[in-house]
Amino acid sequence: MRQKILELLEQNSKITVDDIAIMLECPRDEIQKEIKEMEKEKIICGYHTLINWDKTDKEVVTALIEVRVTPQRGQGFDKIAERIYRFREVKAVYLMSGGFDLTVIIEGKTMKEVALFVAEKLSTLDSVISTGTHFVLKKYKDYGMILEEDKKDERMVVSP
Amino acid sequence: MMNLVNDTVKAIPPSGIRKFFDIAAEMENIISLGVGEPDFDTPWHIREEGIYSLEKGKTFYTSNAGMLELREEICKYLNRKFDLSYEVNEVLVTVGGSEGIDLTLRAMIEPGDEVLIPEPCFVSYKPCTILAGAKPITIPLKEENEFKLTAEEIEAYVTDKTKIIFLPFPNNPTGATMTKEELEKIAEVIIKHDLFVISDEIYAELTYEKKHCSIASLPGMKERTLIINGFSKAYSMTGWRMGFAVGPEELIGAMTKIHQYAIMCTPTTSQYAAIEALRNGDVDVEEMKKAYNGRRRVVVNGFREMGLSCFEPLGAFYVFPSIQELNMTSEEFCTKLLYDQGVAVVPGTAFGDCGEGFIRVSYAYSIEQLKIALERITVFVKKIKEEK
Repeated sequence: MRQKILELLEQNSKITVDDIAIMLECPRDEIQKEIKEMEKEKIICGYHTLINWDKTDKEVVTALIEVRVTPQRGQGFDKIAERIYRFREVKAVYLMSGGFDLTVIIEGKTMKEVALFVAEKLSTLDSVISTGTHFVLKKYKDYGMILEEDKKDERMVVSP
Repeated sequence: MMNLVNDTVKAIPPSGIRKFFDIAAEMENIISLGVGEPDFDTPWHIREEGIYSLEKGKTFYTSNAGMLELREEICKYLNRKFDLSYEVNEVLVTVGGSEGIDLTLRAMIEPGDEVLIPEPCFVSYKPCTILAGAKPITIPLKEENEFKLTAEEIEAYVTDKTKIIFLPFPNNPTGATMTKEELEKIAEVIIKHDLFVISDEIYAELTYEKKHCSIASLPGMKERTLIINGFSKAYSMTGWRMGFAVGPEELIGAMTKIHQYAIMCTPTTSQYAAIEALRNGDVDVEEMKKAYNGRRRVVVNGFREMGLSCFEPLGAFYVFPSIQELNMTSEEFCTKLLYDQGVAVVPGTAFGDCGEGFIRVSYAYSIEQLKIALERITVFVKKIKEEK
């Protein structure tokens, strides 16, 4: 049941509890209770809206930064990851396998703001060995959604 | 001036769907729940395979019956999904399921034969039967039987001229399905009267809660069944026009003969895409089915909340609510709904006279669209009830 609720919410966080109840043929109260519990257990961590900022007037610059760090004794990468993800500018931090250790996604108003953050905040952390900054030029698909597509229903109004 | 069109064709009425489409086409900003095709795009990997085949210059005729590779995949698919065992020479790749229906009738029928057609049903069974020179005999399906076909009903309509019976489950327009136990009872009567079955299983993959059972999988039925299936509904590939017919080798051979003179072969690009669909499309089918299933419940619930009787369909992507208590014909209901609320649904009569008193509502639409449409239909039904 939980998985079915999560699948519906992942596709559309605006879906109402009533609709979920009908779709899964389950009493409304039970769905409500499950959702509340999953929120408490941090299985559901939040409800976000996927916005294509490129289509608005807001200036947003996104950068993906490859970070190599020295893991700390007893705490591995977790401590340094926490120090990084606490910054307001940091939108996501992933521990990686391969040529570098952490992927840090940063959003800022301008390229300069992002560059300054990397130079002044991120690179200066003791455990950080090196950084490589890649600016995002255009987002085509995010969180499984194609951002540019403007889909028109091309089917006939009535058909067999 | 000579008579350009023969009398048989002249006598066939135009499709009720077409008639309704013409009215709807003149109007703007319509929310339609009137289509009989999926709202999903063909999954990308399938489209990709079609594109790749074009890039590689695969643009020539294939063998008449369809590419061997595709027919092999069809056999594997039927075995995997429905426990059916067929060889490649029992498979014919057709231009959609519709061509398969036409070919079967043309290959089998002798003048004077009777064909049993349970109604309401897909629009082309009756005209194709008439065009092939046989007499269609209607078996009306009843709402109280959940629009299922029973052995007794067949017994009541069978004569010594009856040759073929259509078995269209899951059904368009009702969404009705048949269980294995129900089919077993029917199979007994079919064998007893030495009938042949055209089993239209185009919606087989879209069966909810229970697994689809093909009548051909029952003892003694394989040799007297021709299965129509295809890619349109399950893989959301309506425009590719890909279907297939499987059945006794002798009949498939005869159908292939007509197909080779009339069509030559199905489009090569579509055949390559179809191979990919069968090989790697299971995940897509499951995902789409899951989405339809959720919408199905929303729509059934919506009609019941309006106070209309609506049996729960367990297949395809249609619901078939009753409007009998509103004291108007289904065509009148649909036309008024269209003008009054801008919502298009199809009158039950488009699927035969037995569809009178019902409307077909497709839920191959997003939940958001469905909910808006349901709200508008609710307003309309309330108004009609108050006027009464």
